[in-house]
Amino acid sequence: MIISIASGKGGTGKTTVATNLAVALGNGVQLLDCDVEEPNAHLFLRPTLSPAEIVTMPVPVVDEDKCTFCGQCGEICVFKAIVVLGETVLPFHELCHSCGGCMAVCPVDAITEVGRELGVIESGHSNGVEFVHGRLRIGEAMSPPLIKAVRARTRPGGLTIIDAPPGTSCPVIAAMKATDFVLLVTEPTPFGLHDLKLAVGAVRALGLPCGLVINRADMGDDRVRAYAREEGLPILMEIPFDRRIAEAYSRGELVVTALPEWKPKFVQLFEAIAAIVNHTGAKSV
Amino acid sequence: MKELIIISGKGGTGKTSLLAAFAALAEDKVLCDADVDAADLHLIMNPEVQERHDFISGRTAVIDPQRCTACGICREMCRFDAIDENFRVNPIDCEGCGVCVHFCPEKAIDFPLNTCGEWYLSETRFGPMVHAQLHIAEENSGKLVSLVRREARQLAEKRGLGLLLTDGPPGVGCPVIASIGGASAVLIVTEPTVSGRHDMQRVIQLAEHLKVRPMLCINKADRNPAVSREIEAFARSKGMAFLGTVPFDPVFTYAMVNGQTVVEYAPDAAATRAVRDIWQTLKVQI
Repeated sequence: MIISIASGKGGTGKTTVATNLAVALGNGVQLLDCDVEEPNAHLFLRPTLSPAEIVTMPVPVVDEDKCTFCGQCGEICVFKAIVVLGETVLPFHELCHSCGGCMAVCPVDAITEVGRELGVIESGHSNGVEFVHGRLRIGEAMSPPLIKAVRARTRPGGLTIIDAPPGTSCPVIAAMKATDFVLLVTEPTPFGLHDLKLAVGAVRALGLPCGLVINRADMGDDRVRAYAREEGLPILMEIPFDRRIAEAYSRGELVVTALPEWKPKFVQLFEAIAAIVNHTGAKSV
Repeated sequence: MKELIIISGKGGTGKTSLLAAFAALAEDKVLCDADVDAADLHLIMNPEVQERHDFISGRTAVIDPQRCTACGICREMCRFDAIDENFRVNPIDCEGCGVCVHFCPEKAIDFPLNTCGEWYLSETRFGPMVHAQLHIAEENSGKLVSLVRREARQLAEKRGLGLLLTDGPPGVGCPVIASIGGASAVLIVTEPTVSGRHDMQRVIQLAEHLKVRPMLCINKADRNPAVSREIEAFARSKGMAFLGTVPFDPVFTYAMVNGQTVVEYAPDAAATRAVRDIWQTLKVQI
């Protein structure tokens, strides 16, 4: 089973929920931190990380001895990532989406591909959790291929928890598509509600089951709960604002370690998700 | 013209609440919301939309089943696994590269333009505002960010306003790069947590990489005074302008619930005074 944890709005507590859920379950559960722009889960799990493995995406290089400067590569590229100017071909690697069109269209096989570095993947173990994260190279714009590379580490047949990035566009979609359940972490404020609605829209576009965790549940107003009722979204956990939780978080400590009474609550959260997934699965068969 | 972008790396540090407060304090400015993925500034600014425009960018392949002979070339060539076994394109997976369109021997694939979102020119009680909403699950957020920044700049020029105040997105990827390139300065709002500090360091690296001057302030600073002091020392050791700290205060949440800035909701609160002090320093810095 793959559970992705997303939010729309940043800073609502995705990483808190992902790390504590993973550690509360332990037993070799996998945690993939797919917030590759700003990965944080390792700050709480503190695993000993493996040496960084570089992740690349293929981009074109042109053999100008073979090239006839026919211009077909420039014509097929909708991203303007390869341009023919007279007797020169200029590939712009940072604009390339790795579609392979230029290489496929070249009539004289003058184009080959090399890897452009997107970032790195590191992995490790901690607290009974098998941990993997991606770290986007600073200055790199394209995070989805790196997110896909992290997700390619998913261990089939096991339980995998994915910490998704904030927002609702392509990086979030890359992190939550084809997961079995999306857990949306929100806060009961106008910003939280607005961005939650966008996140629910994204989850529905992907046709996935979802449920809510309301963090800092006693700060703000009641509109998130009203929205959840109207939309039939189950509220699977509420975490009240607690100075001790906030302080533990600020120091990089897990809630289940600082306040062990939370451990069974995260186990119950998982059981509630598993019940929904199994029910949905049974219905779709 | 000066353009200040507020970013944070980590989400939820208070970018939008601070920008809204600055909007109430600054004169002669245009407001711009560059967090087009999950725009929130309008919830406080309550803009009256004057002009609404479609944001059209990129294309999506559509296979016409009448013309398709199921030869399979498109599926073989698509590197994004966007075409299923029944030769239907999943628009969420389609990268819009057009490789299938080009190589289809039957010319059975259409390639219409995408309407990926909307952008708006609006008036608010604090002056004009340019903002946008990317449609859900859409791409090209960086291009929409560039567009709203360009429109905000043109509007400021037209009205003779000397300052652009821009709310940026979280992270360090495509929309952030599009938000801060070429800006006069960025204000990084962080919080005294291990995540806040980690993400701040990455976003400082990004600002340096793009040669934009980073300045720093700490929100919710009393949450962990020790980490706050470390962050301040780090900023000073890098020679960055450190503009001050704001204490944790629920007035930010109450103001938001009321659709107000903290300057309007609680003008005398300690947190509001701290925001005013930061604005005074910021004004001099830019």
